[in-house]
Amino acid sequence: MSHHDHSTADRGPQEIAELPKDKVARFDAALPEILRRVPPDHKEAAMLAALRRAQEIFGWLSPAAQKLAADRLGASATRAEEVATFYVMYHTRPVGRHVVEVCTNVSCSLAGGFDLFEDLKGKLALENGGTTADGRITLRQVECLGSCGTAPVMLVDEEMHEGLTPQSVTQILGGLK
Amino acid sequence: MSETLILTKRWPKKDPSLVGYRADGGYAGLEKSLGMEPVAIVEQVKASNLRGRGGAGFPTGLKWTFLPKDVRPRYLCINADESEPGTFKDRYICEYDPHMLLEGIAITCFALDIHLAYIYIRGEFAKQARALEKAIEEAVAAGIFGGPKLLGKADFPLEVHVVRGAGAYICGEESALMESVEGKKGYPRFKPPFPAIIGLWGKPTIINNVETLANVPWIVEHGAAAFAALGAGKTGGTRLFGVSGNVKRPGVYEKPAGYNLKKLIMEDCGGTASGRPVKAVIPGGSSSPVLRGDEIDISLEPDAIKSAGTMSGSGGVIVMDESVCMVRALARIAMFYAEESCGQCTPCRQGTPWMWKILEKIERGEGTMKDLALIEQLPGNIMGQTICALGDAAAMPVQSFVKKFRQEFVEHIEGRGCKHGETAWGVSRQAREALVGGNRH
Ligand SMILES: Cc1cc2nc3c(=O)[nH]c(=O)nc-3n(C[C@H](O)[C@H](O)[C@H](O)COP(=O)(O)O)c2cc1C
Ligand code: FES
Repeated sequence: MSHHDHSTADRGPQEIAELPKDKVARFDAALPEILRRVPPDHKEAAMLAALRRAQEIFGWLSPAAQKLAADRLGASATRAEEVATFYVMYHTRPVGRHVVEVCTNVSCSLAGGFDLFEDLKGKLALENGGTTADGRITLRQVECLGSCGTAPVMLVDEEMHEGLTPQSVTQILGGLK
Repeated sequence: MSETLILTKRWPKKDPSLVGYRADGGYAGLEKSLGMEPVAIVEQVKASNLRGRGGAGFPTGLKWTFLPKDVRPRYLCINADESEPGTFKDRYICEYDPHMLLEGIAITCFALDIHLAYIYIRGEFAKQARALEKAIEEAVAAGIFGGPKLLGKADFPLEVHVVRGAGAYICGEESALMESVEGKKGYPRFKPPFPAIIGLWGKPTIINNVETLANVPWIVEHGAAAFAALGAGKTGGTRLFGVSGNVKRPGVYEKPAGYNLKKLIMEDCGGTASGRPVKAVIPGGSSSPVLRGDEIDISLEPDAIKSAGTMSGSGGVIVMDESVCMVRALARIAMFYAEESCGQCTPCRQGTPWMWKILEKIERGEGTMKDLALIEQLPGNIMGQTICALGDAAAMPVQSFVKKFRQEFVEHIEGRGCKHGETAWGVSRQAREALVGGNRH
């Protein structure tokens, strides 16, 4: 699991009251659909789904966003934080408008995944996990995405792109505004 | 003789709809099941020699009999985490034939008196999760399950839901999976008790892989004997083998469980893309011990492949040709386990990053013979010392790579560097057309 250190600058909103009201309303409106899938006496089982939705709405999981999810599921803030920091798809610090995740595990690297990642680092002038100065792209390398037959692959905003070539990567990234 | 296809038969149609599935005779297995005694279904699955396709190869019917007789509710969890590097088969079942999986789930639930099932799918499979959601909606709307009855006939309420993970290899491990379904971080539980006794929310729970359960409709429809006859030894049926790496035609191939590994690579996949000899093969996902190119003329049947010192695990076959650096490849595998160790057990939490660092050091040309001795010793300190099998999964590739390719490690140390330089990942690094159950990708 990757655990990020927080610098004080990007700690974000701390309390639910600091979150934009319209976004909190959107989150609350999404809750019934999330809760429909868990037994009524185990609301906290919806923690992963609630955090995913919160991240979609708020962009990343600030302490306040984590508290919101916890509050609505009747769980502790600690529980939400534990989950938010355990899974790599949750961002507990701000990210760019787009997140590009290149698989560099064995099958992908045998098909050029490692080269693609190094290339992108150079082109975007980023280290692993970094975000471009204009806030457009966050880039990171990730583990096997379960698509090794169509390697190399990457996720762009959580959608899979397969059979990548240097050309197709340039094209896909060019489309990100 | 044309080969019997169970799982990939409908993939070339690219029609995952309920209408398409029914037009091809889908849900006939469930229909037949409803006329059977539940215990008779379990007996069929036992007699079919169906074994788990998630990695461990445990006999499915036998697992089902471990449920205590009188404890309710019971739950079913379907493992669609598919995170073992080199494994990419379950995703296509979800994409191309989700109703086959749903039918398998419905039959299993009917056989085991289970009324709530969760499909746990890795968070990165967004498209596949949508395909499953859509199929569930179709099935519920058609009254197949989800109402008071199954197929409008048998009184049997059944809810099936999709739960999406959020990026954690460990959540493919069955007890971590249950923690995750409960909305927690994925820390594996101590076993025993096994999930069949104390599982989800403390209740008896059966956990099976997607491919495992997708076989169930065929078994019920065509009979246990026919399924058993397709396989070899104590493993019935066909299996999905996902071949990736330096082969001409990577992809998912459905083959009898006892298929020959060399044939799969050299004939079905067309050999290496570069035409260079095969140097190494990881036969069953990145945790399975590596084979040298001259050791691959073997059966993939789980018991048979054991005598070759490895396992067919998740069916993920990774092929590397002569141009690939073994230290580079192993260091990357070690990085995976270091990143994915959940941190609960000290030997794994500390041992996995240590192994990774030493391997990177050797690859950079800064390693010593002492480091090599250490890397030969460290896996033994992790094996069997952890709550779950991630520790073993991390140790096995290290042990086997160093044993089988020791000379290459020594060369890195004595030559103070990797002779492959920029091409440590080999010389044929490019995307290739993949063949997935007959589909071209
Ligand atoms: C670290 C680890 C990761 C695993 N990942 C998966 C996985 O991604 N998918 C899967 O089906 N089984 C995985 N397993 C195996 C499961 O624990 C379990 O044995 C399996 O889901 C049982 O289903 P089966 O009997 O049908 O194979 C993993 C095991 C371990 C130790
Ligand atoms: S190695 Fe990249 S998807 Fe499996």
